[in-house]
Amino acid sequence: MARVLINFPQRAKRGEIIEIKTLIQHPMETGYRVDNRGAKIPRDIISRFTCAYNGDEVFRAELFPAISANPFIAFSTVATESGELVFSWTDDNGQMQTEIRQITIE
Amino acid sequence: MRALLAAGLALAAAAAVEAEVVPDARRPGYDFASPEIRAMQDDETTNPGMLWVSQGESLWSKKAGAAAVSCEDCHGDARASMKGAAARYPAFDAVLARPIDLEQRINRCRTEHQRAEPLGWESDDLLALTAFVARQSHGLPIAVSAGPELRPFLDLGGELFSLREGQLNLACSQCHDDNWGKSLAGNVIPQGHPTGYPVYRLEWQSLGSLQRRLRNCMTGVRAEPFDYGAPEAVALELYLMERARGMPMDAPAVRP
Repeated sequence: MARVLINFPQRAKRGEIIEIKTLIQHPMETGYRVDNRGAKIPRDIISRFTCAYNGDEVFRAELFPAISANPFIAFSTVATESGELVFSWTDDNGQMQTEIRQITIE
Repeated sequence: MRALLAAGLALAAAAAVEAEVVPDARRPGYDFASPEIRAMQDDETTNPGMLWVSQGESLWSKKAGAAAVSCEDCHGDARASMKGAAARYPAFDAVLARPIDLEQRINRCRTEHQRAEPLGWESDDLLALTAFVARQSHGLPIAVSAGPELRPFLDLGGELFSLREGQLNLACSQCHDDNWGKSLAGNVIPQGHPTGYPVYRLEWQSLGSLQRRLRNCMTGVRAEPFDYGAPEAVALELYLMERARGMPMDAPAVRP
Protein backbone atom coordinates (compact mmCIF):
# COMPACT_ATOMS: atom_id res chain seq x y z
CA MET A 1 0.00 0.00 0.00
CA ALA A 2 1.33 3.34 -1.02
CA ARG A 3 1.65 6.07 1.57
CA VAL A 4 -0.71 8.95 1.06
CA LEU A 5 -1.25 12.33 2.69
CA ILE A 6 -4.75 13.77 2.28
CA ASN A 7 -5.58 17.18 3.69
CA PHE A 8 -8.77 19.23 3.77
CA PRO A 9 -10.73 21.02 6.53
CA GLN A 10 -12.46 18.33 8.62
CA ARG A 11 -15.28 20.75 9.41
CA ALA A 12 -16.80 23.17 6.92
CA LYS A 13 -19.83 25.38 6.52
CA ARG A 14 -22.54 24.40 4.06
CA GLY A 15 -21.86 25.96 0.67
CA GLU A 16 -18.24 26.69 1.50
CA ILE A 17 -15.60 25.95 -1.12
CA ILE A 18 -13.00 23.60 0.38
CA GLU A 19 -9.56 22.80 -0.99
CA ILE A 20 -8.49 19.16 -1.01
CA LYS A 21 -4.77 18.34 -1.25
CA THR A 22 -3.47 14.83 -1.91
CA LEU A 23 0.09 13.57 -2.05
CA ILE A 24 0.60 9.94 -3.10
CA GLN A 25 3.86 8.00 -2.78
CA HIS A 26 4.41 6.47 -6.22
CA PRO A 27 7.50 6.09 -8.48
CA MET A 28 5.61 7.24 -11.63
CA GLU A 29 8.11 5.32 -13.77
CA THR A 30 7.82 6.80 -17.25
CA GLY A 31 8.62 3.70 -19.31
CA TYR A 32 11.23 5.68 -21.23
CA ARG A 33 14.16 4.89 -18.96
CA VAL A 34 16.61 1.98 -19.09
CA ASP A 35 18.39 0.28 -16.18
CA ASN A 36 22.15 -0.26 -15.73
CA ARG A 37 22.11 -3.16 -18.20
CA GLY A 38 20.21 -1.28 -20.85
CA ALA A 39 16.93 -3.10 -20.31
CA LYS A 40 13.82 -0.97 -20.52
CA ILE A 41 12.18 -0.21 -17.15
CA PRO A 42 8.46 -0.93 -17.63
CA ARG A 43 6.08 1.98 -17.32
CA ASP A 44 4.36 2.21 -13.94
CA ILE A 45 2.33 5.34 -13.42
CA ILE A 46 -0.95 6.16 -11.73
CA SER A 47 -3.17 6.42 -14.77
CA ARG A 48 -6.43 7.47 -13.18
CA PHE A 49 -7.41 9.27 -9.98
CA THR A 50 -10.93 9.99 -8.78
CA CYS A 51 -12.62 11.57 -5.78
CA ALA A 52 -16.26 10.86 -4.91
CA TYR A 53 -18.18 12.92 -2.34
CA ASN A 54 -21.07 10.91 -0.88
CA GLY A 55 -21.11 8.79 -4.03
CA ASP A 56 -20.96 11.67 -6.51
CA GLU A 57 -17.77 11.99 -8.51
CA VAL A 58 -16.47 15.52 -7.88
CA PHE A 59 -13.03 15.19 -9.43
CA ARG A 60 -11.28 12.92 -11.91
CA ALA A 61 -7.80 13.10 -13.39
CA GLU A 62 -5.99 11.13 -16.05
CA LEU A 63 -2.26 11.13 -15.48
CA PHE A 64 0.54 10.81 -18.04
CA PRO A 65 4.25 9.91 -17.95
CA ALA A 66 5.43 13.54 -17.68
CA ILE A 67 4.00 13.83 -14.16
CA SER A 68 6.60 13.64 -11.38
CA ALA A 69 7.04 10.85 -8.85
CA ASN A 70 4.91 11.22 -5.71
CA PRO A 71 2.27 13.30 -7.51
CA PHE A 72 0.59 16.17 -5.67
CA ILE A 73 -3.00 16.75 -6.74
CA ALA A 74 -5.03 19.66 -5.36
CA PHE A 75 -8.60 20.52 -6.26
CA SER A 76 -11.67 22.10 -4.69
CA THR A 77 -15.31 21.24 -4.19
CA VAL A 78 -18.36 22.76 -2.54
CA ALA A 79 -19.15 21.40 0.92
CA THR A 80 -22.74 20.15 0.77
CA GLU A 81 -23.52 17.42 3.31
CA SER A 82 -21.67 15.59 6.06
CA GLY A 83 -20.36 12.29 4.85
CA GLU A 84 -17.33 10.72 3.26
CA LEU A 85 -14.83 11.51 0.57
CA VAL A 86 -13.56 8.46 -1.29
CA PHE A 87 -10.27 8.76 -3.12
CA SER A 88 -9.29 5.98 -5.55
CA TRP A 89 -6.53 5.52 -8.04
CA THR A 90 -5.18 2.80 -10.30
CA ASP A 91 -1.66 2.29 -11.60
CA ASP A 92 -0.21 0.38 -14.56
CA ASN A 93 0.40 -2.71 -12.41
CA GLY A 94 -3.33 -2.86 -11.91
CA GLN A 95 -3.01 -1.93 -8.26
CA MET A 96 -6.03 -0.06 -7.06
CA GLN A 97 -6.05 1.84 -3.80
CA THR A 98 -8.92 3.52 -2.01
CA GLU A 99 -8.75 5.95 0.89
CA ILE A 100 -11.82 7.15 2.77
CA ARG A 101 -12.01 10.34 4.85
CA GLN A 102 -14.91 11.88 6.77
CA ILE A 103 -16.13 15.45 6.56
CA THR A 104 -18.58 17.22 8.90
CA ILE A 105 -20.76 20.09 7.70
CA GLU A 106 -21.92 22.59 10.30
CA MET B 1 58.96 41.75 18.70
CA ARG B 2 56.11 40.18 20.68
CA ALA B 3 53.66 42.75 19.30
CA LEU B 4 54.85 42.02 15.78
CA LEU B 5 54.40 38.29 16.34
CA ALA B 6 50.89 38.84 17.72
CA ALA B 7 50.01 41.00 14.73
CA GLY B 8 51.36 38.31 12.41
CA LEU B 9 49.30 35.65 14.14
CA ALA B 10 46.20 37.80 13.97
CA LEU B 11 46.78 38.30 10.24
CA ALA B 12 47.22 34.56 9.73
CA ALA B 13 44.03 33.87 11.65
CA ALA B 14 42.14 36.44 9.57
CA ALA B 15 43.40 34.85 6.36
CA ALA B 16 42.30 31.40 7.57
CA VAL B 17 38.83 32.66 8.42
CA GLU B 18 38.44 34.41 5.10
CA ALA B 19 38.77 31.13 3.21
CA GLU B 20 36.00 29.53 5.21
CA VAL B 21 32.42 30.76 5.45
CA VAL B 22 32.32 33.32 8.29
CA PRO B 23 29.75 32.23 10.94
CA ASP B 24 27.62 35.35 10.41
CA ALA B 25 27.55 34.77 6.65
CA ARG B 26 26.38 31.17 6.96
CA ARG B 27 23.15 30.48 5.12
CA PRO B 28 21.22 27.20 4.86
CA GLY B 29 20.41 25.63 1.48
CA TYR B 30 16.83 26.80 2.08
CA ASP B 31 17.92 30.40 1.42
CA PHE B 32 19.24 29.48 -2.03
CA ALA B 33 16.11 27.57 -3.09
CA SER B 34 13.39 29.22 -5.16
CA PRO B 35 10.28 30.64 -3.41
CA GLU B 36 8.21 27.77 -4.89
CA ILE B 37 10.52 25.11 -3.45
CA ARG B 38 10.58 26.87 -0.08
CA ALA B 39 6.77 26.97 -0.01
CA MET B 40 6.69 23.26 -0.90
CA GLN B 41 9.03 22.47 2.02
CA ASP B 42 7.27 24.66 4.59
CA ASP B 43 3.80 23.21 4.08
CA GLU B 44 3.56 19.73 5.61
CA THR B 45 0.76 18.90 3.17
CA THR B 46 2.92 19.56 0.10
CA ASN B 47 6.36 18.44 1.31
CA PRO B 48 6.87 14.98 -0.26
CA GLY B 49 9.41 14.15 2.47
CA MET B 50 6.46 13.92 4.87
CA LEU B 51 5.41 10.70 3.10
CA TRP B 52 8.58 9.08 4.44
CA VAL B 53 8.13 10.70 7.86
CA SER B 54 4.68 9.16 8.09
CA GLN B 55 6.06 5.78 6.95
CA GLY B 56 8.80 6.08 9.58
CA GLU B 57 6.22 6.80 12.25
CA SER B 58 4.50 3.48 11.60
CA LEU B 59 7.84 1.61 11.41
CA TRP B 60 8.77 3.11 14.78
CA SER B 61 6.10 1.06 16.56
CA LYS B 62 6.46 -2.08 14.39
CA LYS B 63 8.13 -5.06 16.04
CA ALA B 64 11.07 -6.44 14.09
CA GLY B 65 13.78 -9.12 14.25
CA ALA B 66 14.29 -12.23 16.36
CA ALA B 67 13.92 -10.15 19.53
CA ALA B 68 10.49 -8.97 18.32
CA VAL B 69 10.86 -5.49 19.76
CA SER B 70 10.01 -2.17 18.14
CA CYS B 71 11.92 1.10 18.39
CA GLU B 72 9.08 2.31 20.60
CA ASP B 73 9.49 -0.58 23.08
CA CYS B 74 12.90 0.82 24.11
CA HIS B 75 12.72 4.50 23.20
CA GLY B 76 9.06 5.26 23.91
CA ASP B 77 7.46 8.26 22.27
CA ALA B 78 9.86 9.54 19.62
CA ARG B 79 8.54 13.08 20.03
CA ALA B 80 10.21 13.19 23.42
CA SER B 81 13.04 10.64 23.22
CA MET B 82 14.32 11.57 19.73
CA LYS B 83 14.04 15.33 20.18
CA GLY B 84 17.37 16.79 19.09
CA ALA B 85 18.92 13.35 18.45
CA ALA B 86 19.51 13.87 14.73
CA ALA B 87 21.18 17.23 15.45
CA ARG B 88 23.88 15.36 17.42
CA TYR B 89 24.87 12.89 14.68
CA PRO B 90 27.38 11.63 13.57
CA ALA B 91 28.20 10.62 17.15
CA PHE B 92 31.06 8.61 18.64
CA ASP B 93 30.43 4.89 19.05
CA ALA B 94 32.54 3.47 21.88
CA VAL B 95 32.40 -0.12 20.59
CA LEU B 96 33.53 0.73 17.06
CA ALA B 97 35.84 3.49 18.37
CA ARG B 98 34.75 5.79 15.57
CA PRO B 99 31.81 8.09 14.79
CA ILE B 100 28.70 6.68 13.12
CA ASP B 101 25.91 8.57 11.41
CA LEU B 102 22.18 8.37 12.09
CA GLU B 103 21.55 5.68 9.45
CA GLN B 104 24.30 3.52 10.95
CA ARG B 105 22.93 4.13 14.45
CA ILE B 106 19.49 2.91 13.36
CA ASN B 107 21.01 -0.17 11.74
CA ARG B 108 23.12 -0.94 14.82
CA CYS B 109 19.97 -0.80 16.91
CA ARG B 110 18.40 -3.21 14.44
CA THR B 111 21.23 -5.75 14.47
CA GLU B 112 22.07 -5.56 18.19
CA HIS B 113 18.77 -4.98 19.94
CA GLN B 114 16.13 -6.15 17.49
CA ARG B 115 18.43 -8.87 16.08
CA ALA B 116 17.12 -8.07 12.61
CA GLU B 117 18.82 -7.70 9.25
CA PRO B 118 20.25 -4.20 8.74
CA LEU B 119 18.27 -2.04 6.33
CA GLY B 120 19.92 -1.30 2.99
CA TRP B 121 21.36 2.15 2.31
CA GLU B 122 18.79 4.36 0.56
CA SER B 123 16.07 1.76 1.10
CA ASP B 124 12.65 3.29 1.71
CA ASP B 125 12.52 1.84 5.23
CA LEU B 126 15.88 3.27 6.32
CA LEU B 127 15.10 6.66 4.76
CA ALA B 128 11.69 6.61 6.44
CA LEU B 129 13.06 5.87 9.92
CA THR B 130 15.85 8.43 9.47
CA ALA B 131 13.39 11.06 8.25
CA PHE B 132 11.04 10.38 11.15
CA VAL B 133 13.86 10.69 13.70
CA ALA B 134 15.30 13.77 11.96
CA ARG B 135 11.88 15.43 11.95
CA GLN B 136 11.91 15.37 15.77
CA SER B 137 14.84 17.83 15.62
CA HIS B 138 12.96 20.30 13.44
CA GLY B 139 14.05 23.84 14.29
CA LEU B 140 16.66 22.69 16.82
CA PRO B 141 20.28 23.79 16.42
CA ILE B 142 22.90 21.39 15.10
CA ALA B 143 25.00 20.34 18.10
CA VAL B 144 27.44 17.51 17.38
CA SER B 145 29.64 16.51 20.32
CA ALA B 146 32.73 18.63 20.90
CA GLY B 147 34.45 15.76 22.72
CA PRO B 148 38.17 15.08 22.18
CA GLU B 149 37.45 11.53 20.93
CA LEU B 150 35.96 13.04 17.76
CA ARG B 151 38.91 15.36 17.11
CA PRO B 152 40.90 13.06 14.77
CA PHE B 153 37.79 12.30 12.69
CA LEU B 154 36.87 15.96 12.51
CA ASP B 155 40.41 16.73 11.29
CA LEU B 156 40.14 13.99 8.68
CA GLY B 157 36.79 15.38 7.51
CA GLY B 158 38.29 18.85 7.25
CA GLU B 159 41.19 17.54 5.19
CA LEU B 160 38.83 15.69 2.87
CA PHE B 161 36.74 18.86 2.50
CA SER B 162 39.70 20.78 1.12
CA LEU B 163 41.29 17.88 -0.79
CA ARG B 164 41.31 18.30 -4.56
CA GLU B 165 40.21 15.13 -6.28
CA GLY B 166 38.76 13.60 -9.41
CA GLN B 167 39.45 14.37 -13.05
CA LEU B 168 38.19 17.91 -12.49
CA ASN B 169 40.66 18.23 -9.60
CA LEU B 170 38.22 20.07 -7.38
CA ALA B 171 37.82 20.18 -3.60
CA CYS B 172 34.49 20.64 -1.78
CA SER B 173 35.84 23.92 -0.39
CA GLN B 174 36.45 25.41 -3.82
CA CYS B 175 32.73 25.48 -4.52
CA HIS B 176 31.16 25.65 -1.06
CA ASP B 177 33.65 27.96 0.73
CA ASP B 178 35.05 30.05 -2.11
CA ASN B 179 32.27 30.32 -4.68
CA TRP B 180 28.92 29.88 -2.95
CA GLY B 181 26.15 32.09 -4.26
CA LYS B 182 27.51 31.88 -7.82
CA SER B 183 26.01 29.72 -10.52
CA LEU B 184 27.09 26.24 -11.52
CA ALA B 185 25.22 25.42 -14.70
CA GLY B 186 21.60 26.32 -13.84
CA ASN B 187 21.94 26.07 -10.08
CA VAL B 188 23.13 28.38 -7.35
CA ILE B 189 26.02 26.88 -5.38
CA PRO B 190 24.95 26.60 -1.73
CA GLN B 191 27.35 26.64 1.22
CA GLY B 192 26.86 22.94 1.82
CA HIS B 193 25.29 22.91 5.27
CA PRO B 194 23.58 19.57 5.96
CA THR B 195 20.60 20.98 7.88
CA GLY B 196 17.81 19.16 6.09
CA TYR B 197 18.84 15.51 5.60
CA PRO B 198 17.41 13.17 4.55
CA VAL B 199 16.42 15.58 1.81
CA TYR B 200 13.79 15.37 -0.93
CA ARG B 201 15.62 16.33 -4.10
CA LEU B 202 13.45 17.12 -7.09
CA GLU B 203 16.24 15.85 -9.34
CA TRP B 204 16.12 12.46 -7.57
CA GLN B 205 12.32 12.42 -7.41
CA SER B 206 12.90 10.84 -4.02
CA LEU B 207 14.23 11.25 -0.53
CA GLY B 208 17.98 10.66 -0.17
CA SER B 209 20.65 10.62 2.52
CA LEU B 210 23.58 12.99 3.02
CA GLN B 211 25.87 10.16 1.89
CA ARG B 212 24.00 9.94 -1.40
CA ARG B 213 24.42 13.70 -1.81
CA LEU B 214 28.17 13.46 -1.12
CA ARG B 215 28.55 10.62 -3.63
CA ASN B 216 26.65 12.75 -6.11
CA CYS B 217 29.13 15.64 -5.73
CA MET B 218 32.11 13.26 -5.97
CA THR B 219 30.78 11.71 -9.16
CA GLY B 220 30.25 15.25 -10.39
CA VAL B 221 33.96 16.07 -10.10
CA ARG B 222 34.71 12.67 -11.72
CA ALA B 223 36.14 11.18 -8.54
CA GLU B 224 35.63 7.67 -7.19
CA PRO B 225 32.88 8.12 -4.58
CA PHE B 226 33.20 6.69 -1.06
CA ASP B 227 31.24 3.52 -0.42
CA TYR B 228 28.05 3.97 1.57
CA GLY B 229 28.99 3.97 5.24
CA ALA B 230 32.74 4.33 4.61
CA PRO B 231 34.53 5.90 7.62
CA GLU B 232 35.79 8.72 5.33
CA ALA B 233 32.23 9.56 4.31
CA VAL B 234 31.15 9.68 7.97
CA ALA B 235 34.17 11.88 8.81
CA LEU B 236 33.10 14.28 6.06
CA GLU B 237 29.52 14.26 7.38
CA LEU B 238 30.88 15.02 10.85
CA TYR B 239 32.97 17.93 9.55
CA LEU B 240 29.97 19.37 7.69
CA MET B 241 27.79 19.15 10.81
CA GLU B 242 30.51 20.84 12.90
CA ARG B 243 30.80 23.53 10.22
CA ALA B 244 27.03 24.06 10.49
CA ARG B 245 27.00 24.03 14.31
CA GLY B 246 24.12 26.06 15.72
CA MET B 247 22.16 26.25 12.46
CA PRO B 248 18.56 25.03 12.82
CA MET B 249 17.57 21.65 11.37
CA ASP B 250 14.86 21.64 8.69
CA ALA B 251 14.59 17.96 7.74
CA PRO B 252 13.06 16.70 5.54
CA ALA B 253 14.07 19.63 3.34
CA VAL B 254 13.13 20.05 -0.32
CA ARG B 255 15.92 20.98 -2.70
CA PRO B 256 16.21 21.31 -6.49
